[in-house]
Amino acid sequence: MIADDLKDFKKFTPKTLPREEPFVSGHRACQGCGEVLALRQVAKAIGTPMIAVSATGCMEIISSPFPQTAWAVPWIHVAFENAAAVASGVESGLKILVDKGRIPRKEIKVVAFAGDGGTADIGLQALSGAMERGHNFVYVCLDNEAYMNTGIQRSSSTPYGAMTTTSPAGKVTPGQTTWKKNLPAIMAAHNIPYVATASPAYYLDLMNKAKKASLIKGPAYLHIYSSCPTGWRHGADLAITVSRLVVETNIFPLYEIEEGRYTVRKNNQPKPVVDYFKTQRRFAHMTPDMLQTIQERVDRDYQRLLQMEGLTNPAVVKEERKVAE
Amino acid sequence: MAKRVGMEVSISISEAVKLANVDVISAYPITPQTHIVEHLSEFVSDGELHSAFVPVESEHSAMSAALGASAVGARTFTATSSQGLALMHEIMYLAASMRLPVVMSVVNRALSSPINIWNDLSDIMAERDSGWIQVFAINGQEAYDLTLQAFKIAEDPRVLLPVAVNLDGFILSHVIEPIELFEQKEVDPFLPPYQPVLRLDPEKPVSMGAFGSPEVFIEVKKQVEEALIGSQKVVAEVWKDFGQRYGRVYKPVESYQTKGAETILITMGSITETAMMAIDALREKGRQVGLVHIRLWRPFPFKEFLQAIKGAKTVAVLDRALSPGGVGGPVGLEVKSALFGKEERPYVAEFVAGLGGRDLTVETFIEVLDKAEKYSQKQKDFQYELIGVREK
Ligand SMILES: Cc1ncc(C[n+]2csc(CCOP(=O)(O)OP(=O)(O)O)c2C)c(N)n1
Ligand code: SF4
Ligand SMILES: [Mg+2]
Repeated sequence: MIADDLKDFKKFTPKTLPREEPFVSGHRACQGCGEVLALRQVAKAIGTPMIAVSATGCMEIISSPFPQTAWAVPWIHVAFENAAAVASGVESGLKILVDKGRIPRKEIKVVAFAGDGGTADIGLQALSGAMERGHNFVYVCLDNEAYMNTGIQRSSSTPYGAMTTTSPAGKVTPGQTTWKKNLPAIMAAHNIPYVATASPAYYLDLMNKAKKASLIKGPAYLHIYSSCPTGWRHGADLAITVSRLVVETNIFPLYEIEEGRYTVRKNNQPKPVVDYFKTQRRFAHMTPDMLQTIQERVDRDYQRLLQMEGLTNPAVVKEERKVAE
Repeated sequence: MAKRVGMEVSISISEAVKLANVDVISAYPITPQTHIVEHLSEFVSDGELHSAFVPVESEHSAMSAALGASAVGARTFTATSSQGLALMHEIMYLAASMRLPVVMSVVNRALSSPINIWNDLSDIMAERDSGWIQVFAINGQEAYDLTLQAFKIAEDPRVLLPVAVNLDGFILSHVIEPIELFEQKEVDPFLPPYQPVLRLDPEKPVSMGAFGSPEVFIEVKKQVEEALIGSQKVVAEVWKDFGQRYGRVYKPVESYQTKGAETILITMGSITETAMMAIDALREKGRQVGLVHIRLWRPFPFKEFLQAIKGAKTVAVLDRALSPGGVGGPVGLEVKSALFGKEERPYVAEFVAGLGGRDLTVETFIEVLDKAEKYSQKQKDFQYELIGVREK
């Protein structure tokens, strides 16, 4: 039961933020990278002792150019599609070595990091397997909505309309023609104890979710919106702005699914989606029709999320209604 | 004391893995490997083996999880065949380069297509250059012994490389053979628990699997290659230790009836015992023939091999994998390279046979030896011959 796991959980406040940095400065991410910011926030929230596992991708490349490393905690990278499988092995190995008395009995947090390509596409099988088997680790998808490390190719997490190098805005097709795969829903369907979405603009919310994820026994999945100025074509000073707008427009709602119970961070007066699309040149070609289609879809998806909350977590809904009245 | 029992070879391998007190087993089913991990799963389920059994969702993940477990300092085992090994291919190279001493049984089976579950060596030969130590068993006892030895070799601080113990699918894995099984107390002094040099330890953080620029890449590869070549010394030590303790002696290449042999047949794996019968039959007829079988395939024991075939006029190589568009099979290629540039070198006749489980009988080996001698007399200029192809 996650209630037991979380009985000592205290939310972070700006005053109680840990000083410790498992992921240190000096890495080689682009200026203004939102993905590395999210990574740092997660690492800081979870803290030590931690073993981190990375999939191939931007965050792995920028953090480990031999002989340098940005990881102050033990870290392993093996390949692109297997972070969840490597983490399965790390977790199983630690557990049995503790059981056999060969390493000290100490709770070591295992955290796997991968991009959206490494999660939603090539790594989905390994992730599904690890979640289904119930390993005790946190899996963090840092979603910058494309294969950035290889030069901005589309993934199944690229949003409808976005221009990438393999979903260009040409004369016939207007950027990405498919809708973003709903990874948190797929993870929730694995009946794991904890799934959450987060955005680094809401850093306390993000860090609290990361901390919770690490305290809960069993698999936990965090899906974190991670802006990429290089791939999205926005100013290096805009990471926080876009990371906030995406939530304020309900394009990327913040919610948690705890043992199947949804809790949604409410935003009943959302900004129009166009406010968000204006900020990035990957959307520069989009027509009013496309924006209208997206607006309808965003509204519908948000309502569905609230319905899920109503179905699974009536207590929260009742509470909120009382407050409103 | 060790007792001799009739047992399926796959099961005996699980017994060896159990005696090794392995910490983590990652497993995915594929014929003909499956019996090994099934039996290990039973041990774990019955509490006879204190291990984590990770029933992964693919072989790619089996190897990946094995690396993760090995990186925290766990003794780690997995097993596979054919398509499963091919799916692991990407991670095979990483296991060696990251110096993670995983042990794997490879129950050799043909690679598709056509899909075929029977034996040849095409699966492991595609991993030839992965940096793994690779040994081949000719019978059940060897498969059992080599599995135990593999952990000691892999985990030696001078080695730290993964080891693949190869055994032929079905014709070895599924037969019942008399096997001398050890007791735990006999094995423990030979194989103490794994003491990793480096592991993922919060007290002493390390980064494993870093990004290697052109300035460092070759040096890493050179280190792996030196460790692999250097492992032959450790392999020899472990085999000597094993021989002294238990009385069974292992060598990187073995000779059979090679004294005065003018023609020597080269084999690997369980076909060797059938080939020995062919040698006996021909010797009885007064033919000067012998056999050399290669047990240690990687690192290739050049010195011992050249010594073993010394004096032969003709060498017949029997490969069970084909390099299409090349000079035959990998063993022939290795043998020819080993001899190239030597002043006195025998005529090498390269044959490929037994693909996808086609039966190799005593007659096949006699045919191969006859042909080798005939071609040698004529100094026939040919790359290789595929044996047993039906034209109709
Ligand atoms: C098996 C395999 N296929 C392809 C690649 C090439 N590759 C490396 S990183 C990468 C993109 C990573 O994208 P994502 O997971 O979204 O992470 P990001 O770089 O965007 O953070 C690709 C395609 C690879 N390393 N391995
Ligand atoms: S390409 Fe994007 S995600 Fe990658 S380091 Fe640069 S800004 Fe960050
Ligand atoms: Mg990405």
